[in-house]
Amino acid sequence: MISVENVTKRYGEKVAVDGLTFQVKPGIVTGFLGPNGAGKSTTMRLILGLDAPNGGSVSIDGRSYVDLPAPLHEVGAMLEARAIHTGRSAYNHLLALAQTHGIGRSRVDEVIDLVGLTDVARKRVGGFSLGMGQRLGVAAALLGDPRVLILDEPANGLDPEGILWIRTLLKRLAKEGRTVFLSSHLMAEMAQTADHLVVIGRGRLIADGTVDEFVRRASTGAAVRVVSPQATALRDALAAKEARVDSVERGVLEVHGLSGQEIGEIALAEKIVLAELTPLQASLEQAFMELTGETVEYHASSTDTDDPTTLRAAA
Amino acid sequence: MSATTTAIEVPARATAQHGGVTQLRVIRSEWTKLWSLRSTRWTLLVAVIGMAGLGPLVAAIQMSRWSTMGPDDRLHFNAINTAVGGWHLAQLAIGVLGVLVLTGEYSTGQIRSSFMAVPKRLPVLWAKTGTFATVAFALMLISTFVGFFGASAILTQHHVQPALSHAPALRAVIGAALYLAVLGVFCTSLGALVRNTAGGIALFVCLLFVLPGVVAILPTSLQNSINPYLPLNAGTTLLAGRPEAHTLSPWGGFAVFCGYTAIALVAAAILMRRRDA
Repeated sequence: MISVENVTKRYGEKVAVDGLTFQVKPGIVTGFLGPNGAGKSTTMRLILGLDAPNGGSVSIDGRSYVDLPAPLHEVGAMLEARAIHTGRSAYNHLLALAQTHGIGRSRVDEVIDLVGLTDVARKRVGGFSLGMGQRLGVAAALLGDPRVLILDEPANGLDPEGILWIRTLLKRLAKEGRTVFLSSHLMAEMAQTADHLVVIGRGRLIADGTVDEFVRRASTGAAVRVVSPQATALRDALAAKEARVDSVERGVLEVHGLSGQEIGEIALAEKIVLAELTPLQASLEQAFMELTGETVEYHASSTDTDDPTTLRAAA
Repeated sequence: MSATTTAIEVPARATAQHGGVTQLRVIRSEWTKLWSLRSTRWTLLVAVIGMAGLGPLVAAIQMSRWSTMGPDDRLHFNAINTAVGGWHLAQLAIGVLGVLVLTGEYSTGQIRSSFMAVPKRLPVLWAKTGTFATVAFALMLISTFVGFFGASAILTQHHVQPALSHAPALRAVIGAALYLAVLGVFCTSLGALVRNTAGGIALFVCLLFVLPGVVAILPTSLQNSINPYLPLNAGTTLLAGRPEAHTLSPWGGFAVFCGYTAIALVAAAILMRRRDA
């Protein structure tokens, strides 16, 4: 289990992580989500002891990373920015890491095989594609057969086949009881891989819960789409119940403030025919944008006012 | 790479041998890192060729014009300095490589992998400096001997060859290797301090080669009191074939150079522990 407690990290004037608290539990895949610049990579660096926090504490199974006697056996990590000397071969890179822990060459061959880099293992890393670099990063993370895996944007640069591969691998590793913690700024990717989500924006915690909870929470206050040949009559009936009704197009309404069942009951009472009744559940992507909309660090100026999901959430 | 999508096998935990990080293991790792880079092999080759080749080359040139040299030139001819003269070339290669040993890791991001494996960090610094110093000493000692005997063989034709039994000669041969090994540690420390290849090399060149030029434009009395303590002058006192004015004693000068290196190394260690990687 990874435990982040009230952690703050400043780089000069800029606060990268601001009083962040969350836990990553074993046996599940925990997604770490946030817009670019939200502080995901910084938080991971703090967990791995690469950067020192200005306040708060980080522990892995109750110990600080720096105090782990055999860190590669406890935690396997892959950082977003490449952390590999480009002049060395993949094999020698992994061998040098393995040697710090007395891990044998057979294990090095094993992880190279596992990530599918056998053919290029003796080539210099400088010539690797982004996807190959990611695979090498995964190999390094798995080298010590760790109980905890921390991966920064593992799907980055992988082709669809590679994404499927990493997703299956991570789920498998979590099923074995390992702690899997991975970051992404892509919500859709997370929805298919993660069980639990930690969402941050501008270094602060925004949400911490299961993927289902996350969608439900984001969908609260979402609209219901109603199609009826008697749209005008229905509109008046619903308006009388203090619901907010928007006409989307002829015969189509979007109703806020009432559930689908309530709308159905009203229609029945008024003897209005309904052709369609659809609760508009926010997609994970919308939910993410709603939650992080205000905290996005770098966005095009038009998006924060024109975003329909933001308006809907405000309603 | 397509084969990996279908079958995913996560090897059993038992296959990874368990054991913690030890200084010896970090040394083994740094040994692998050092030799698995092309830049290491090329730079060390330059150092070896320079160290072993320059002495004999200069000796051959001197001998070819010996008959035309005046008595004054002959008197000032220093056989030991000629025989071990390769250090002038070798020091640049060793110094640059020393800087690169650490800055190469910072510029590529490798340092993060290194520190994730060895989060206490200092074992990495000790292993890097120790491994590099040992390799530099061993290679330079052999090369210096080769250069020395090569030059001696050429100098015999006019019977001015240095004898290894002569104390300053043996001291110069071993001293060249010692100076270059400690220089390697000095430059690795500089690299750790500035964490940037260009900056590290500039600092090395500045401290070793530019500083003497700056001192040379000072008043003579100041020059004479500062010169012996400059890193280059202090570090190479062991290599002097005969005692010269305004220099420290052979081992005294070398001790001063070791002192500078110790200061740089300790500063590097303190900053390496403190700074974010």
